[in-house]
Amino acid sequence: MTDRKQIRRTKHKQREMSRGYDIAKSKTPSSKDNMNKERDSEFDDLLDEIDELLESNAEDFVKSYVQKGGQ
Amino acid sequence: MAVTKVIGLETEYGIICNTTADSSSGVSVTSASSLLIAAYMRLVKQGHTAMHDLTLNFDSDFPVDNEMAVKEQVFGSAVSNSVKWDFSHETPDLDVRAANESESSAANVDTQMLNVVLTNGARYYVDHAHPEISTPECIDARMAVLYDRAAELIAIKSMEAVKELTDDSVEIVVYKNNSDGNGNSYGCHENYLVDRTTSFSSIVCYATTHFVTRQIFTGAGKVGAESSGFRLDFDGFQLCQRADFIEEEIGLETTLRRPIINTRDEPHADPRKYRRLHVILGDANLSQVANFLKLGTTALVLAMIEDNMINFELEFASPVEALHTVSRDLTLQQPLLLADGRTITALAVQWDLLAAARTYVEYYEADAVGGEVAYDVLDCWESVLTGLESDPMQLARQVDWVAKLRLLEGYRERHNLSWNDPRLRMLDIQYHDLRPDRSLAQRLGLETLIDDVDAVKAMRDPPFDTRAFFRGRCLQHFMSDVVAANWDSVVFNVGSGLLHRVAMMEPSQGTSAHVGDLFDECQSAAELLSRLDSVVS
Repeated sequence: MTDRKQIRRTKHKQREMSRGYDIAKSKTPSSKDNMNKERDSEFDDLLDEIDELLESNAEDFVKSYVQKGGQ
Repeated sequence: MAVTKVIGLETEYGIICNTTADSSSGVSVTSASSLLIAAYMRLVKQGHTAMHDLTLNFDSDFPVDNEMAVKEQVFGSAVSNSVKWDFSHETPDLDVRAANESESSAANVDTQMLNVVLTNGARYYVDHAHPEISTPECIDARMAVLYDRAAELIAIKSMEAVKELTDDSVEIVVYKNNSDGNGNSYGCHENYLVDRTTSFSSIVCYATTHFVTRQIFTGAGKVGAESSGFRLDFDGFQLCQRADFIEEEIGLETTLRRPIINTRDEPHADPRKYRRLHVILGDANLSQVANFLKLGTTALVLAMIEDNMINFELEFASPVEALHTVSRDLTLQQPLLLADGRTITALAVQWDLLAAARTYVEYYEADAVGGEVAYDVLDCWESVLTGLESDPMQLARQVDWVAKLRLLEGYRERHNLSWNDPRLRMLDIQYHDLRPDRSLAQRLGLETLIDDVDAVKAMRDPPFDTRAFFRGRCLQHFMSDVVAANWDSVVFNVGSGLLHRVAMMEPSQGTSAHVGDLFDECQSAAELLSRLDSVVS
């Protein structure tokens, strides 16, 4: 392995430790569970409120949502 | 060695226009799109008085006095001195394949429609009745996601600007999706710089393999199914907005019989060295993670093709059929038939490509694909494939189709709805609604990679490490002297009776490192142009 590669890998390792992209590993199990619970309750809230966010007449809306002339 | 994968995204947005009851005149979608852009530009001018005229023509319709002499300066290798003052050098009809029988008319740009260059190097215009924003050229996937987020913010700001301009009598709503659910589609096109010497047939082969299978994480999800021009009788959900509209393996079309591989040969760069792969089959992503993966994995696959580093045979028996199968298979288990008679799943193909990409960066250091960013792409890619394999629903914050499906299933269960209930289609559309108070994607708490503070800056400032820097800075510093700009040139009129065209045939030159000091030091456009002689080769 070249020195350059070694340096790059070390840099990469350091970066990984500071800011990983691994979704599963990025949180400790307990905080992950808590976060999931929090998200589930946010999701339930959204389902409770969602009718207020939606256009009033679904059938008319989806029929009239016509977007011609696209690439 | 693969050429640097300079990346750009062009997003056509869905648009509706609500007017108050008394203004019965109605606004056509084309004029609504123009209004959206005009209102934004008005807002920009109010906010930045230095920018006194941003409504520059972007390309071919620049009014040129042919008698006027033109001085040329060129970043990178000059194409030749015989480049005429012919600004109609957009050539979307040029086909990679030598004998092009197609009668496409891709560039029917109405010159009356708004078509402006923004100071961040982006283009904001009306294309085929839709508002469209093309990001500036970006050096890696992360930067492209940043500028795509900036484009969303520009669209959001534009909606607010319309309400302000019309005293709330007109509301324009912008949707970042790719289908109206009634058989019409509009695109989110990706562009990647590739080496001209790479055989196009190998690009076709391996890029097709990737495009058919990457849908499992790039798909934005859709209720029901369509065919070009109408809605199909299909009660269910599929991974992709766009898959139903892809009907050919290869071709020049973008508005009908859309192909997996588009053959438009218009590099907007030195044509002897580069191609621009114009990718038209992707979904627009609200999820930044999915967007990052879409761009990052594709850049990696293209670099591997250029460096001949994919050494397995993976050719689908029928790529179009496979594409449709993948989009409609929520289990991700469906075997896809290969040309040699074997079968493989989309997930398995993606694992193979990921393994090849890991090997690739060991050899080539990932310099062409964003350096460190490429390692983030690889990690993210692996993480998402792992999640899709074990339980896709755990990716409800990373993958658009999963986020949308979770919401639809929750709503369906609560109200005991069948898949053909119009409320589900409405929910589908509203997932993509860009109004912050109505956007269901936003409410679902998708993981972000971009800080909106940076995205707000990116609405105004160009990226540092491509020629977009030069374009953007020219507008920021010397707006009144710039008479036209497009992807590969900026034209100045500094009042000497001479138009001065700076050609930028190298997308990775004209960077901050290259010309940044000039903008700090030059007091006028004329000075900039005279000093440019010393830096252009």
